[in-house]
Amino acid sequence: MTAALLALADSRLPAGGHTHSGGVEQAIAAGVVSDPRSLETFLRRRLTTSGSTAAGLAAAACRTAGGPRTGAAPAPAGDRVAALRALDREAEARTPSPALRAASRQQGRGLVRVGRRAWPDPVWDDLPAHPHHPLALGVAAAVAGLAPGDAAAAAAYLSITGPATAAQRLLAMDPITVAVVTARLGDAVDEVSAAAVPDADGWLPAGTDPLLDLLAEVHADRTDRFFAS
Amino acid sequence: MPPDHVLDDYVDPYDDPAARGHRHGPLRVGLGGPVGSGKTALAAALCRTLGQEYDLAVVTNDIYTTEDADFLRRNAVLPDDRIEAVQTGCCPHTAIRDDITANLDAVELLEGRHPGLELVLVESGGDNLTASFSYGLVDVQIFVVDVAGGDKVPRKGGPGVTASDLLVVNKTDLAPLVGADLDVMRRDSAAVRAGKPTFLISLREDPAATEVADWVRAQVRARVAAHA
Ligand SMILES: Nc1nc2c(ncn2[C@@H]2O[C@H](COP(=O)(O)OP(=O)(O)OP(=O)(O)O)[C@@H](O)[C@H]2O)c(=O)[nH]1
Ligand SMILES: [Mg+2]
Repeated sequence: MTAALLALADSRLPAGGHTHSGGVEQAIAAGVVSDPRSLETFLRRRLTTSGSTAAGLAAAACRTAGGPRTGAAPAPAGDRVAALRALDREAEARTPSPALRAASRQQGRGLVRVGRRAWPDPVWDDLPAHPHHPLALGVAAAVAGLAPGDAAAAAAYLSITGPATAAQRLLAMDPITVAVVTARLGDAVDEVSAAAVPDADGWLPAGTDPLLDLLAEVHADRTDRFFAS
Repeated sequence: MPPDHVLDDYVDPYDDPAARGHRHGPLRVGLGGPVGSGKTALAAALCRTLGQEYDLAVVTNDIYTTEDADFLRRNAVLPDDRIEAVQTGCCPHTAIRDDITANLDAVELLEGRHPGLELVLVESGGDNLTASFSYGLVDVQIFVVDVAGGDKVPRKGGPGVTASDLLVVNKTDLAPLVGADLDVMRRDSAAVRAGKPTFLISLREDPAATEVADWVRAQVRARVAAHA
């Protein structure tokens, strides 16, 4: 099943991620990110806050969707719709910035569009039309035959790779340096995703970062931006 | 027969109901080409000429600003709610070819807002000669180059020049000023385009883009006929 996980985390997957900078475009404009060191700091901070939250939600959505490796008894479809809707509200509550809510739902929709064709399954119909991205990712993982921990890993990994690529483009950084930055964060990605998988009580991480929220709100008002968020 | 040749219960994974639906939606026309060649000028011309005939809308993919969308609004060729601008994340080419998600979102938004839509023009951000649209996004594509780039451009080729459904060589009015030989451009285009059409035009002299508008009409008719 490793191939399915690699596919989900691959920036080649045409789900629209390349048009989002994960806050990096505004962080650069604000002077928060300007070189490899500040980029690493920014990415670590993103990983441990919104990245961890996304990982927990993705794992929960994966378990809710069911599937061979999710360790869950298949739920009746009606219950699944309700459970996914509840998770979508949990995601909303963990995303105070309207701009970030919109960005997450936009990316969720993009992933559903490609996911439902790459891994056809009736579960896709149980999601709202514009689900938060971690929910779409969790469902994609489930229908691709992955486990909740895999969904969390993909979410945690994507929380740093998208912004890293955006920084590379915007600052014309050496791509090898950016690869070093993300490689150095590898252990942290594993730790965050392992810790984020909800336990039997359904406890979900709730890390947020006011800096990311503020950057996103300022960014959304700009007309001279390259990235959607 | 070997078992792997038995296709009785084969489900075609490439047969997408959504794509089938798309074929019944508006005709999607891509307008690509290098920076400044006249893509927005052509979009504006087509809106003026075809706007009364068809229910139409435009998606713009400015690299940086909403310049193109603003131009279309300023020139009052289209109301605001028929123009959507897409952010391309520093990578205009990716947004029209490799990961078309943002553009599909914009097209679907316009289709949802205007259910009778018959024609959607998608203008790419100015790119280079290798830029081309994915046919997952558009039904046909027009590649716009200009005379000011020199008469070598068709000869240099690239997917836009060779494979586009229509090649437009714009700004023929500038040919004498830049010493470009239009016959050379016509001949070189014909040589690499395997019978597909090339129009040499000047939007300055013909702001209605008569020839291109006729070609677009023919595409709309062909599509309607194909799905009748
Ligand atoms: N002389 C001349 N100028 C033209 C013609 N068509 C367009 N232009 C001018 O060329 C310039 C660029 O035209 P645009 O339509 O903005 O070109 P574009 O391809 O949309 O440019 P980008 O979106 O920036 O890549 C404008 O100043 C137009 O007025 C033409 O036929 N002749
Ligand atoms: Mg333009």
